[in-house]
This record gives sequence, structure tokens and C-alpha cells, in this order.
Amino acid sequence: MAAPVAANTHECECSMASLKAVSSAAHLALRIVAECPVSKARACTLTLPHSTVSTPVFMPVGTQGTMKGITADQLEDLDCHICLGNTYHLGMRPGPELIEKAKGLHGFMNWKRNLLTDSGGFQMVSLVELSEVTEEGVTFRSPYDGKEILLTPEQSIAIQNSLGSDIMMQLDDVVSSTVKGPRVEEAMHRSVRWLDRCIAANKNPDRQNLFAIIQGGLDAKLRKACLDEMTKRDVPGFAIGGLSGGEEKDDFWKMVTLSTDHLPREKPRYLMGVGYALDLVVCVALGCDMFDCVFPTRTARFGSALVPWGSLQLKQKQYAKDFQPIDPDCQCPTCRRHSRAYLHALFKSDTAAMHHITIHNISYQLTLMRSVRQSIIEKRFPEFVKAFMKRMFSSSEQYPSWAVEALQSVNITVNCVA
Amino acid sequence: MKLELSRVVQGCRLGVLTGLGKTGQHCLEVPGCLLYTRCATVPHLTQDTLHTLSDLPSVTQVTVESLAEHQEVLEEFKEGVRKFAGLHNTVLFCSLHDSVNPNPAGHVTNKTVSVWGSGGRIELTAARFMAIQAAIQPDCYQSMADGETWQANSSRKRVRKAVDRTLAHLDECLMLHQKTQELKQAEIFGVVEGGDIMEERLRSTRETAKRPVGGFVLDGFHSAAMNQDVRGQLIQAITAELPHEKPRLILGVGCPDEVISCAEAGVDLFESFFPFQVTERGCALNFNYTINPDPETAVLELNGETPAVTKPSKNGDENMTPFEINLKDKRYQDDFHPLVEGCDCYCCQKHMRAYVHHLLVTNELLAGVLLMLHNMAHYLGFFKALREAIANDRLQDFKNRVLSCRERDV
Repeated sequence: MAAPVAANTHECECSMASLKAVSSAAHLALRIVAECPVSKARACTLTLPHSTVSTPVFMPVGTQGTMKGITADQLEDLDCHICLGNTYHLGMRPGPELIEKAKGLHGFMNWKRNLLTDSGGFQMVSLVELSEVTEEGVTFRSPYDGKEILLTPEQSIAIQNSLGSDIMMQLDDVVSSTVKGPRVEEAMHRSVRWLDRCIAANKNPDRQNLFAIIQGGLDAKLRKACLDEMTKRDVPGFAIGGLSGGEEKDDFWKMVTLSTDHLPREKPRYLMGVGYALDLVVCVALGCDMFDCVFPTRTARFGSALVPWGSLQLKQKQYAKDFQPIDPDCQCPTCRRHSRAYLHALFKSDTAAMHHITIHNISYQLTLMRSVRQSIIEKRFPEFVKAFMKRMFSSSEQYPSWAVEALQSVNITVNCVA
Repeated sequence: MKLELSRVVQGCRLGVLTGLGKTGQHCLEVPGCLLYTRCATVPHLTQDTLHTLSDLPSVTQVTVESLAEHQEVLEEFKEGVRKFAGLHNTVLFCSLHDSVNPNPAGHVTNKTVSVWGSGGRIELTAARFMAIQAAIQPDCYQSMADGETWQANSSRKRVRKAVDRTLAHLDECLMLHQKTQELKQAEIFGVVEGGDIMEERLRSTRETAKRPVGGFVLDGFHSAAMNQDVRGQLIQAITAELPHEKPRLILGVGCPDEVISCAEAGVDLFESFFPFQVTERGCALNFNYTINPDPETAVLELNGETPAVTKPSKNGDENMTPFEINLKDKRYQDDFHPLVEGCDCYCCQKHMRAYVHHLLVTNELLAGVLLMLHNMAHYLGFFKALREAIANDRLQDFKNRVLSCRERDV
């Protein structure tokens, strides 16, 4: 047997690093079950330390170690296999030491399936005023006690190691997608350097999977450069970051598809912060596997129920005497037992109304992803997309042009009479 | 509906209320409690979380207070609130006011009482009250009553008026009840008023007992209204005048020591708003109600026991009772024990004090869900233990056990 030799000597260093990473790779395996012959959509199974996840998957966000009013059992019953916890919030309260003592976030909140934690970077920039980014890390003032805190890549990973999540995110230099100019490039390069620091800092590579986050804003060149660099690192998965922050949808989808074009096929692609049904379907077509968003659970608490044809604002008077369930075709516990009229009435009295809608909205999102997956496996994903659009919009004139173009770019034509 | 009493011990009646509900298949053990709801939902709970509780009371309580504003909707729905709310197979008892929310006084007239919905005050005549009952379609309900005698120093004249009005309302409700198709199989309960004036209480009792009612509601006795001794005396006098075979429900009393005292005075049924109040202040019921099977050991235990409850916490709600712990207190931050050792509720089986503390500190909705489950489970356990103590002649041990936490206020 010939001794293993690096293909090119100048790649030697990277190969050595990646060999090392592979040999101590965490428990993550992606199996591609089906690929859409028309678009870039894939259906996979993602094996993680706590359970197996079918993709494409929507991951609900349980920010502070709880899914906003619904119990871990209820979440399990909805067939959720992975959800999010926020490093920033949990790092503040109750803090990583306590959670580690409680056997990690899984032990603390008694969730037996998978958890994904983000790095804390996004919250710091979006939630905290006067945060400052240096090469070292992000400095900010704690909203709880006014003290100045520095979050470095090493510290973010240390907190996430204490949380014990199945998937952890690198600390990235987050820049709003509406920002232009040299700051975007600076942030992209820094994110690469921080990725390497995060990889080095991970104490548990055998059971916690560290994902890289592709940055580069809306600049194709920068994004491509980031992709080239980050894909040299042998991480178990890649996230597409820096999007879904208020940029034009026309720019958004182009960055998504550029990213999936250059990410390895055999690793999961996680598009961060995307949760509207239309966006999910389009981005699956563009090759993404995993999604997260606070939208479905947040909007539920305001009485907004998601349905295949849009949403129902249940607090509005028109639902006071509407005795149908939210969606007559939905099989979730809320729709099987309660009417729009009852939920409308209950919103005036008790928090349970919010829980009912939260359950329904999570069910809606998970069911949508399951249907998408099934259609990919059965080689009818393009038909599914067309039917989805027809149901969601009253006429093809209403179809958002960015979505039509994005789908067209992967050979799915939605707005002609076929 | 039939009340079958098996024994009476120290005034406590032990028995079963049978033949409840439309099909007459449900029964409720006494002394016992109804299942408290707001707008036909147990606060914070969906049907799935509610049914993690074992041995739920077979009678669910709804109030005109939380349903009056939905009268039109219910009338259009036509099938009653049980179906409207997607409730499980349960018996419905409808009372007038929600005992948790103190209502502003001064809105009662000779012909009307008022309730407060989410949109403000709703004035009810007996006719409107009965129309609402027809829309709700309960299995039992209390008749309309003027119970606004809880203010300190209600004048004798005011108390007398309350009794008179309540009787007049009862007669009108009875008359309308006969004419209302939707209430054909329902039982109407008469309401005993009279403030803290013995004469008036007796008058109200005797007069109400003359009417063809299925049971009796004792009103105007909630904690703010009078102290336990006065309450006990009045109730004893009332129940002595009431027919044995009809159930007696008291409103506004929920604290365990008051429950025991009222049971000894002859009350059968209580509301279960108390666990909800405990939940809302971020507390968990933890008082011990388990008595050792061997009476001798129980006495020894009690005398030699070291206090389990430590100093009350500084940031406790002023309404906190000795029967609960304040989970917002910092001491629970890293306490990995369940809320109560040995409790088999969902919260205690799956979670720990540190987690619930975290949920409270971060204002998370799940705190209310978990605490409601625990507190309701604990409260139901208390009633079950009370019934067992009566059945096994251990009532005094039971009382000593439950009331012992009161002596430990350091």
C-alpha cells in the first residue's frame, strides 16, 4: 500500500489539519436520500449525537432553554428532533457553569433530542447598543449589570462546550446585510480567522459539531472568497450567514445559490434566520438543508396562525364566530380540538391561547418541511412547489418576482400555465 | 344527582356525589374541589398538559364572569361552552364571579349584579343571567346572587338587602329555569348570603332551603371577608339547617387550613383557584399532607421533626402562605431537586427547581405551565389525603401534619 501523499505540497498544511479533524470528527453523518433531478433540492438524513434528523428541516428557536410555553414533551410529540438555544441569553442567565453542572443544556431543560446553539455574535450586535468589534472579540455592556464583557471566539466555544449542544456555531464577525464598503470585507476575513480559533478551542470535537458560517455580505466576490477559504477547513457543516437581515430579496437569493454552488455536497447547509414558508421552499430548491427562525413562534404569541394560504390574525373580530379550526386539514392538537372562535375568545383571558397557536405554527412549519422532503424523495418537488405557490397566492400575478426568478434559476417554472 | 354519604367525622362529611352530567355517569368525591378555569381553560394549560394530571376532578368550574362577554358567540354556536371550548368529557358547574379577581364594589342594584369581562363591566338582570346560562349549558349552576357583603363593616341594612335580593333572584331564576329548554337537565344551586351576621345567615339558609334547589352555594365567606373563627361558627350554623342529602359548595375559600376548617363545619365542595394564585406569584405548594400509616410513629415524627421550611425569603409576595415556597428566591438557583420530592406531577418528574427558577427569572411562559401543573397536582393530592384521613379515622393526625408548617414561620 502506497504511503498517503498530499496532492500538492502547498496544500500539505491544510490536509494535515483536515486529516486531524476527520480523525476526531464528531458524531455527524449526512446521508443523501434523494436529490431533485430538476433543482438543487436534496432530501437527507442527518445523524447527530442525540437522534436522527430528516432534512430539509425547520428548527424552532427556544432562546432561553424553553420553547415559549410548550413543554419538551409537546415539542417531541410534534416530531421535532432539533431546536435552538441561544448562547448569549443562556450565557447571561443562568450562565454556563450552572448549566454544565446540570449536565448541559439537554439536562437543564430535559430535552433528549438535538440542540443547536448559535455563537452569541448575532444577539450582541443586534440586541446590545454600543458593542465594539476588535480582532480579539466583541466587547459589549451587559444589559443586566452594566459590566463590560468581551466575547471572544474561545469564550463563545467554551460556553457552547458547557451547553453541550450537538451543533455549535463559530463566532463570526456579523455585519448587517445592508452595510456596504470595506467593513464587509474586513468582517469576512476576520470570520475566517475566528473560525480557526473556534476549531482550536473546541474541547469536544467528538460529540459537538462546529459549523462554519459563510459571510461576505451581498458581494459575490467576497462571498466566493469566503467559501473558498472556509471550505478548506474540515468542519462537519456550513451555515450561510449574513443574510435574512432586511436586504432586498433579489440580492438574498443570489447569495444563497452562490453559496450552495460552492459548498460541499456531502455536508449539511444551514441557512440562518430563514423561516417564512415561501423562503423555506425557495431555499430548499436552491440547495439548503436546515433553517431556523423565531418568526413562527413569535408571531404565534401575537395571535397569528400560519396556514398554507397565508396567516390568520385570530385576535381580529372576524374570527369571533368562526367555528372552524385554524386549518381544517391540519392534524396538530390545536386544530383537532379547537376552533378559531374559541382561540379568539381565549386570547382575552389566558396565556394558553398563545400556547395553542405556538403548537400549531410549529406543526405547520415541520409539516411543510416533511411534505417538501417527501416530494423530493418521490421526484415531484417541482410539482410540489407549483402547488405550494398556487395555494399561497391568489393568482400568479401575486407571485413575488424574486421567488419566481430564484426558482427559474434552478429550472422550476411557476408562473406559466402548464 | 345524588349525594351518598358514607361517614361523618368531626363534622367532615365523606361521600360521593353521583349521577352527575347529562348522562348521569360522572361522580365526584367529597370533600373535594372543582377544576378552576378561566374562559373554560385551566390557566396556562392546553388539553395535553392538563391531562398529564391524574385524578382530575370530574366537575369543571366555569364562571359567568369570564363567559358573559361571549354570550352572542355561544348563542350562535348553540351547543354550549363545553363543546365550544373543546373540553374533555366533564361535568360543568357555572358560578357567577371569578374568586381570583376582586371586583370593584358598588355596582349591585335591586335588579342587577355586574361582572367584569375583558371589555369592562357587564350588567346582568336575572333574565340576562339566565339567557347566559342557556348559552353556556352547564350541568349545574348557582343562581344569581348579591354577595357584596365582604367589605368591612357592611351595615346590617346592606346585609339584609343582599339576602332579600338573592332570594328574589333565586325565585326568578327558578321560574326562568323551568321555561328554558337548554337547562332542562341542569341543577340549580341556591346561594346563601348574610355577611357576618348570624341572624341573616340563618334567614338566608332557611329561606333558600325551602326552594327546590339541587344544592347550596355558600357565598361571601372569602378570606378577606372575615376571620376563620367567625367563618367556622357561621358555616356550622348554616349547615345544621341544610338538608343532609344536598351538596354544599363554598366560594372564595382555598387555603388548606381554611379548607379543613370549612370541611369540619359541614362543607363538601371547594373551588381550586388557590393553586392558580400560588402559580401567579411564582410559588410552589410544598406543604406536607402525608401521614405515616402508623399513628404512633406519626406522633413521634411530628414531635421530633426538624423544621423543613427555612426562613421566608425576602422577595416573597405579601400574599404568600406558609404552604408554599417562592421559587424566584436565589436559593433555588442551583437546586437540582424537584419542586417536591416524591411528587408525581409532570414538573417534578421532568424538571428541577433550578430550571423553574430560571424560567421565572427570565419571565418565560413555561414557568406558568409547570407551576400550574405542580400546584394543581399538589392541591388535588391534599384533598385526596383529606378524604383518606376521614375514611381511616386519622383526621387529627392529618390536621397536625398540614397545619404544622404554619408554626414554622421563623
